[in-house]
Amino acid sequence: MAGTGVTWLGTPAFPRAARGALADTQLRRNLRKATHTIRDKRAAAVAELADWERLRRAGAAIKDSVLANLDVHLERLEAAVTARGGVVHWARDADEANAIILRLVRAAGADEVVKVKSMATAEIGLNEALAEGGVRAVETDLAELIVQLGRDRPSHILVPAIHRNRAEIREIFRREMPSASPGLTDDPRELADAARHHLRLKFLSARVAVSGANFAVADTGSVVVVESEGNGRMCLTLPETLITVMGIEKVVPTWRDLEVFLQLLPRSSTAERMNPYTSVWTGVTPGDGPRQFHLVLLDNGRTDTLADEVGRQALRCIRCSACLNSCPVYERTGGQAYGSVYPGPIGAILTPQLLGDLSHPQPASLPYASSLCGACFEVCPVRIDIPRVLVHLRSRVVDARGGRSPEAAAMAALAWIMRDPGRFEAAQRAGSLARLLARQGRISRLPWPGSRWTSARDVPAPPRESFRAWWRRNRG
Amino acid sequence: MRVALFATCLTDTLFPGTAIAATRLLERLGCRVEFPLDQTCCGQMHLNTGYREHAADLAERYAAIFAGYDAVVAPSGSCVAMVREFHQDLVASPSRNGAVRHTYELSEFLVDVLGVTDVGAYFPHRVTYHPTCHSLRAIGVGDRPLRLLSSVRGLDLVALPEAETCCGFGGTFAVKNADVSTAMLADKMRCVAETGAEVLTAGDNSCLMHIGGGLSRLRVGVRTVHLAEILASTEEEPWRAPA
Amino acid sequence: MVDPDPHASARSEVLGRIRAAIGPDRPRVQIPRDYDVRREHGNVVELLARRIADYRAVVRRVAAADLPDAIGTLLARRQVRIMLGPADLPEEWRAPDVEWHLDDPPLTVEQLDRADGVLTGCAVAIAETGTIVLDAGAAQGRRALTLVPDYHLCVVRADQVVGSVPEALARLDPVRPLTFVSGPSATSDIELDRVEGVHGPRTLEVLVAS
Ligand code: SF4
Repeated sequence: MAGTGVTWLGTPAFPRAARGALADTQLRRNLRKATHTIRDKRAAAVAELADWERLRRAGAAIKDSVLANLDVHLERLEAAVTARGGVVHWARDADEANAIILRLVRAAGADEVVKVKSMATAEIGLNEALAEGGVRAVETDLAELIVQLGRDRPSHILVPAIHRNRAEIREIFRREMPSASPGLTDDPRELADAARHHLRLKFLSARVAVSGANFAVADTGSVVVVESEGNGRMCLTLPETLITVMGIEKVVPTWRDLEVFLQLLPRSSTAERMNPYTSVWTGVTPGDGPRQFHLVLLDNGRTDTLADEVGRQALRCIRCSACLNSCPVYERTGGQAYGSVYPGPIGAILTPQLLGDLSHPQPASLPYASSLCGACFEVCPVRIDIPRVLVHLRSRVVDARGGRSPEAAAMAALAWIMRDPGRFEAAQRAGSLARLLARQGRISRLPWPGSRWTSARDVPAPPRESFRAWWRRNRG
Repeated sequence: MRVALFATCLTDTLFPGTAIAATRLLERLGCRVEFPLDQTCCGQMHLNTGYREHAADLAERYAAIFAGYDAVVAPSGSCVAMVREFHQDLVASPSRNGAVRHTYELSEFLVDVLGVTDVGAYFPHRVTYHPTCHSLRAIGVGDRPLRLLSSVRGLDLVALPEAETCCGFGGTFAVKNADVSTAMLADKMRCVAETGAEVLTAGDNSCLMHIGGGLSRLRVGVRTVHLAEILASTEEEPWRAPA
Repeated sequence: MVDPDPHASARSEVLGRIRAAIGPDRPRVQIPRDYDVRREHGNVVELLARRIADYRAVVRRVAAADLPDAIGTLLARRQVRIMLGPADLPEEWRAPDVEWHLDDPPLTVEQLDRADGVLTGCAVAIAETGTIVLDAGAAQGRRALTLVPDYHLCVVRADQVVGSVPEALARLDPVRPLTFVSGPSATSDIELDRVEGVHGPRTLEVLVAS
């Protein structure tokens, strides 16, 4: 089932969206500061574990083994959750998931839900769907709250408000938070405190919570949420009804497999030895936590992704965000330029695959939003070879266009030249005519499309003779 | 040892000085260097832009041309990465994969195969080194270029801040996403300028063309020189700027 | 039992799509388990104390016999009046001069919110990561008990301390409700920098008794 909701309608293709972001100097400063801080910390947290590479390989293999038998693991998960008093739902796409959740919220008699940050619910546009059905969704994660109060869009999968600095956050809180004191400063501690006060009553009185899941264990039906602030625990523990939405790829076979991921994830994401809180629950526990538990298993383009043998590794992702933090392109454009809830390197390979549409210009531009520097692959805790998948998806984009573009014609001509050394040498000789354009050994202005290069860089003038000409004269 | 030089299409066409330097350097170190004139291009630009079939044609040619050599040496981490990482998938006949396994980036070949770090070079300049992404992460040349540079007489090696960050070249990325590419370039140039070096070197002419093109536009006064040219330079035959 | 919703066909369709996507030849994947299950640390209790302190939580090591006194001292220092505890909180932990409300019958959310703090034991502690794991077992109570109060004092016995995450998971039963606690609540959401104290307890104190 092709995914829906993954991208924001109307976002231009990446190069144009990026231009706007690049012009925002405040945004670039904020991003640079945040990404550089976390990069160094991640490196230190990872360096503490001598077996890090072995953990990465194990993590990748566990995920691959899940994908190889995904149907079996999901059926086992369903049986285990059901046996422990939970109810399992299946959703082919965003609309179906939203309809299920809305129905469950109404059945619980609630018109408001508290939410733990979850990529799956962002992907399906749950908040908007609930609003249409008359239900208010209250984001409780600090960064999500900043985005929600600022009527903004997320720009990072872990810290959706990474594009905001402390001063901007203070302004949003002062403007939008009735309980915020006018004397609120931009000290992060005070800002966190303001969020605590703002949400406290909601937590203590909420009847329905919606969460995502980081992992679910097929063997036991146990669901895992990894978080920092305690808003997750509040949502998972206090309301009577808990609805958890998870992508079908989040299942792991056994409890023991978590010994790998609970080491890989915190060090890769917030660069901590362990995140402050990890909650694990199985179905319903009498006298402890929600009395009703619903688990919604979401496809929304994942089965399409699974069908691509190269691209399916994107489904190993544990949403740590290390690839975003290490990406030199993301660092300069921020997440919103990707036009999707999944930005950065993982977004560039996941978004087009979930959508299943490589002919639309916006998703088709994403696999090209990378210099293929490989920094993402180097940090990815589950060894997703993002550059390889990007290159693979580029050929899918070209195939989807069906070979009718000026670029395709140029590439075909170039390949025709390169297939024959005689033609290649003739082209070299013709090219050296460009020496006429040069001044002091440099060419500073070329006609389009070369102008895209010379807008910021000179081109060296072609030499009098190519290397092969030299070789023939001196060694041939 | 029969060594084939794979000059790469870019260096052959625009930077012959690098391939000449690589030839002289390898000969000086006792290799019999051959340059099969049938060679053209490894197909990287085609593959990375999404034209897999054209890339496969070029990969087939590469495999056929270089199959008979003990080693293929290229002055480009990026093209070597293309050969080692992708040619296997692109070339139909597995028997032709010999060329894939025996393709080395220049600094790898010098240090690992010839076992030298002091190549007898002389280059009396202040130099900083940019590890290009593909040499660093795709093929893992590690500190080999730095070990080679540290043994060059007269050379004053200065560390480049944020060295491992991409310069923003990325092949067709530089034109498809020109604005982002330029922003990355600006930061790289700032770091280069901070070092006070006269020369920026690297193992890839593609990245050097990008950074050098920016430096020349800004008239920063830093030259870009490929690693092979520094290593080929001696007191008797010192490096000279291309005419 | 599967929820009898009008979309019952979703289940079979998703499963069918998965099978079609994987195809008839399923890849066989070997999982390399050559990572470290135990790492050499010497004294794990000492390491635990250091690592918890790294999260800006207070840690004290005490002899088992001195535990009641140590609890009394910490509570007196914070000047708490109302402390909560699970129904099975050991008698000797209930320091005098403090009003103890045990979760039996279950306290209301308002009662949880009005207390100054909560005292519990734990199931396992992980030295490498400075983590305490609660499993609703002995001296721990239900999850809300250690969540709503702003101050959590936790007693760890030396024999509950293990070195690594894999060792801890091997000791735990996943079908119990589990909470892994590593320091006080915190956030990295402002400029990706960690600050302590958001919705969960803002103060965590740990007594390690041996
Ligand atoms: S792709 Fe890898 S690095 Fe990026 S978020 Fe997913 S798991 Fe983390």
